[in-house]
Amino acid sequence: MTSDGKFGVIGKPLQKVDAVAKVTGRAIYADDMLLPRTLHCRILRSPHPHARILSIDTSAARRIPGVQAVITGADLPIKFGILPVTQDERALEHEKVRYVGDPIAAVAAIDEEIAAAACDAISVEYEVLEPVMSIDEALAAPKDERIQDYGGPHNIHKLVALEFGDVEAGFAQADHVREDVFFFQGNTHLPMEQHSAIATYVDGRITLWSSTQVVHYVHRALSKVLELPMSRIRVIGAAHGGGFGGKTDPFAHEIIVCKLAMLTGRPVKCTLTREEVFYAHRGRHPVLMWVRTGVTRDGLITAMHFRTALDGGAYGSYGVASTFYTGALQTVTYDIPAYRFEGCRVFTNKPPCGPKRGHGTPQPRFALELHLEKIAHDLGIDPVDLKRRNFVMPHTRTVNWMRVTSCGLEECTERVMTASGYAHRDKRPGHGMGFAISSYLSGAGTAIYWNDMPHSEVQIKVDRGGVTAYCGAMDIGQGSDSVLATIVAEELGLQPADVRLVTADTDTTPIDLGSYSSRVTFMAGNAAIEAARKMRGMLIEAVAAKMKCDAAAVEVAGGRIGDFSFQEASVLAEGRFGTLISAGSYTPPKLAGPYKGSGVGPSPAYSYSACVVDLEADARTGLVKVNRIWIAHDVGRAINPLLVEGQVEGSVYMGLGEALMEEQAFRKGLHKWPSMLEYKSPTFLDMPEVETFIVETVDPEGPYGAKEAGQGPLLPVPPAVCSAVYDALGVWIDEVPVTPEKIVEALRRRAKGEPARFGPARFPSIPYPTAIKVEPPPREMDRAATSSI
Amino acid sequence: MLRLPRFKYLRPKNAREAARMAADLGPRAMFVAGGTDLFPKLKRRQFDVETLIALDFLPRDIHNGSSECVVGAGVTLASAASNEHLVKSFTGYAQAAGLVSSPPLRNAGTVGGNLCVDTRCNYYDMTYEWRKAAGFCMKKDGDICLVAPSSPRCWAVSSSDTAPMAIALDGVVGLTGPDGERELPVSVLYRDDGMDYMAKQASEVVTSLTLSAGRDMRTAYVKLRRRGSIDFPIAGAAVALQLDGDEVVRCRIVLSAVASHPLEATAAEDFLKGKRVDAETIRETADIAAKPAKPLDNADLSHFWRKRMVHVVVEQALLQAATRTPGSTVKLLGQYPE
Ligand SMILES: Cc1cc2nc3c(=O)[nH]c(=O)nc-3n(C[C@H](O)[C@H](O)[C@H](O)COP(=O)(O)OP(=O)(O)OC[C@H]3O[C@@H](n4cnc5c(N)ncnc54)[C@H](O)[C@@H]3O)c2cc1C
Ligand code: SF4
Repeated sequence: MTSDGKFGVIGKPLQKVDAVAKVTGRAIYADDMLLPRTLHCRILRSPHPHARILSIDTSAARRIPGVQAVITGADLPIKFGILPVTQDERALEHEKVRYVGDPIAAVAAIDEEIAAAACDAISVEYEVLEPVMSIDEALAAPKDERIQDYGGPHNIHKLVALEFGDVEAGFAQADHVREDVFFFQGNTHLPMEQHSAIATYVDGRITLWSSTQVVHYVHRALSKVLELPMSRIRVIGAAHGGGFGGKTDPFAHEIIVCKLAMLTGRPVKCTLTREEVFYAHRGRHPVLMWVRTGVTRDGLITAMHFRTALDGGAYGSYGVASTFYTGALQTVTYDIPAYRFEGCRVFTNKPPCGPKRGHGTPQPRFALELHLEKIAHDLGIDPVDLKRRNFVMPHTRTVNWMRVTSCGLEECTERVMTASGYAHRDKRPGHGMGFAISSYLSGAGTAIYWNDMPHSEVQIKVDRGGVTAYCGAMDIGQGSDSVLATIVAEELGLQPADVRLVTADTDTTPIDLGSYSSRVTFMAGNAAIEAARKMRGMLIEAVAAKMKCDAAAVEVAGGRIGDFSFQEASVLAEGRFGTLISAGSYTPPKLAGPYKGSGVGPSPAYSYSACVVDLEADARTGLVKVNRIWIAHDVGRAINPLLVEGQVEGSVYMGLGEALMEEQAFRKGLHKWPSMLEYKSPTFLDMPEVETFIVETVDPEGPYGAKEAGQGPLLPVPPAVCSAVYDALGVWIDEVPVTPEKIVEALRRRAKGEPARFGPARFPSIPYPTAIKVEPPPREMDRAATSSI
Repeated sequence: MLRLPRFKYLRPKNAREAARMAADLGPRAMFVAGGTDLFPKLKRRQFDVETLIALDFLPRDIHNGSSECVVGAGVTLASAASNEHLVKSFTGYAQAAGLVSSPPLRNAGTVGGNLCVDTRCNYYDMTYEWRKAAGFCMKKDGDICLVAPSSPRCWAVSSSDTAPMAIALDGVVGLTGPDGERELPVSVLYRDDGMDYMAKQASEVVTSLTLSAGRDMRTAYVKLRRRGSIDFPIAGAAVALQLDGDEVVRCRIVLSAVASHPLEATAAEDFLKGKRVDAETIRETADIAAKPAKPLDNADLSHFWRKRMVHVVVEQALLQAATRTPGSTVKLLGQYPE
């Protein structure tokens, strides 16, 4: 930044630093790596959704020429899992399998075909158990036995119940109370790149290259399961072909290739098939939701009661956090004075669910937006108006203790309203427009395992060759490398291309917790600013001494520091200070409220989005064609507007897929279509024109005011699609995906005089505990903005 | 990653040599043209082959005669879709070819391969591991049908986009067997059997497709699929109409993806002949055409909805053919006027 406050590179639509490597295919992905004498690994997976393993016979597999090693669960018995409270996974199961696709044995062979043939030659004896395939079945007493031996009753994994403020009194004050039930179907991330990992074991040290979003958490899991100190394990994030939350857990194949490398002394690689990626999953939880809200005659919310039931699949994964997330962010968009949340996650015999773009919040957002829309119709108030009346204000604290700082909800809404002409839309049958808003975190305020350390750290080295920045952050395609380079360049008066990056390598880079919860720009960005400013200070000091002027008089811009080129300045500084290194870190403020479970939801800043969808829906066929989407996103500050637009459009794309077609469906205990052809996600031709508006509210705590952009803009899309379908045809589709069959069925019901809706009929009875009553934060604190509790 | 199995790859010089190789090698050998259907299936181990016999010698030209058009079996779908003569005189055929799958697959997939494309079922078009977990079905490795367990036969779905149109246009294929050549109308090229779906000998090579009914016919192909690209048809209608004024003189209506073979809607054809094409007649014809379609729960979306949509695709194809908008790209999602 120059002395007159102008940015050099921040806010410019510059090309990504790795654009050429990615576009020309020269980036080295894990599957591209072939080290000398590499062995290939395939994994035998369970054909049963639920079974006890009686015996595993690998002798025939071992006899196949070319097979170098065969391992089973007995070789890797230690359990792991992403959350400390749910260490319930094994890299290979030798006692019990819990979904079709659960790993049982692994083979390393000289080629993949031999490894696959060897897997086929392993015979496993099972005692098949009754599978549990739905939320209802999981709530009932199991026919044979429970899927996991913790949680309960029955197959319940987790129950939570929280109450903020006086909910009963809130309902008593209401002029109108409404209840609705919604369902959000599960879906998966579908990254272009299948998971892949390759490991070596040399001199007693493991090196793993993996397509992961979280090198640090993989590092921890390897250390635990392999019983090696972290200092003897190095995890490197290979070039990344897409994660969306699907590569945020430590995975079986990552542990397996390390173990096989240890046993064989040769590099071992495993690239999952597309089918296996569907089994690795950790995708969107199917969530059944019930919501009851009281409003005044004017549509002001007096109280809300929100219940969720999550179909978690077979393992814990991030599930406990996901469960809390289904109740956490309702309050950061609408001012809810009294709020009760009851959440439940169940185990089922399906691939485990976890975090997918928006982690646990698109489902309740879907329900909440449509529910308020219905309330508006009940009251005869324009839905947009009703929502606006309830918007939270900037610099407030919500009833569940979330600290809201910058908030561009109103501005986002205004932008899409104006651009889309929503208020004056063409009201012909079959044409509809829908509106929805949302919010998302800019990084979770708490780490996955409890600690007081920074969440992100950056080191900078300047020497004769220029600038190198080191950070554990993993660029998963979202552009975090470009953001780091841009920030360092900004502070040092350079261009991003001048900054070399070393990232996502546990041996050489300081920690960053990983690419999840939209945290990297915010946290690594703040760490980078701190490190770069320290470096800048040294450079300025050396130059000022040479120029015999005040440090304040030294301008840093355009590749120059005062009267010197950057290179000359670095020589001066190195002469003065010795080795030029600096470091910065970021620890989020302690924001969690005074209650158990308060760790999920708080974030140093929230992004906001508003969206309008314009579509045609055909009454005869139920087919929907989306014409256009307007979306405004409050990103605080666009460090690179091109990247922000890319994230917003990508989110819209993914949101549309979830709204209209994507579906993790099961039949007879099996994933119905674990293939990219049969699991439908939109093609280019299904993608409408998207008009993106970037709203900049300059957050007080974000780097240069920046907040997140990678996840939030997905959230308003599914509810906006459903409200547009209602606008077009007058029927509510209270679940996604909105397939043509559901529309036709809703219309048929309306024609028969039944409620004009398709969606879940009821919410099951769930043994929630008595809600923990939490005093809301004092209202007076509302304007005590950015200080933490 | 899924890998291809190991196989021998033979490159005969001509169709006769290819047919002889196939006859000699029997069921453990298969022809490969563009490979767009075959290779993914080999990766999923849907065929046990030891040898692939390449058909890269097949003619790749389109001869436009005075009353007919001869399309070499090696012509790619992309060339067929954009061929001037086909677009002008056999519009529906070009349209069907252009609606197959996606641009890269149309660049490789051939006219001959599309006529011979395997029948589909979402219990069958899965990996070996998946099918093993589900329990193998009679089409490959097993002995029951998973869609209709009490059924003695396989109901896999004929999913070629161009075959129905070829039938509607009185198409005839040139076949070369180990002992000679023959011609066979496309209308009798298929059998109503999900497993043994072709009526030709396994060793016979399709060398050409001759379309003849086109010149004075108005044709249209309407395809239903979930997305704008890539997807196989889940219902489709190929229509060829000859009109005298607005009276129907000749008509062919052939459905795709509703049975194990391209299904000709003969009752609807009979009904429409001699009638004037107007909205009412079209609706009634479509009703009759849709009746024999029996979609099962082995393709995308529910079979109830697909059954309902057969009516719609037929109606759309009839409308399009009658008003004949040659070469128009058909947008499917939500594009049906009331
Ligand atoms: C993702 C995907 C989507 C697809 N979508 C569609 C779609 O929408 N509509 C559609 O119709 N198809 C679709 N297909 C199937 C396929 O791409 C096309 O049918 C294509 O036309 C097949 O032609 P090919 O030359 O590639 O055939 P190949 O794959 O080479 O062969 C297919 C079969 O025909 C046999 N064969 C090929 N040529 C001859 C010949 N000349 N004589 C005798 N036998 C022969 C082969 O032995 C094999 O059994 C799709 C395929 C994929 C993978
Ligand atoms: S229809 Fe039946 S037999 Fe045929 S492929 Fe499908 S499941 Fe198998």
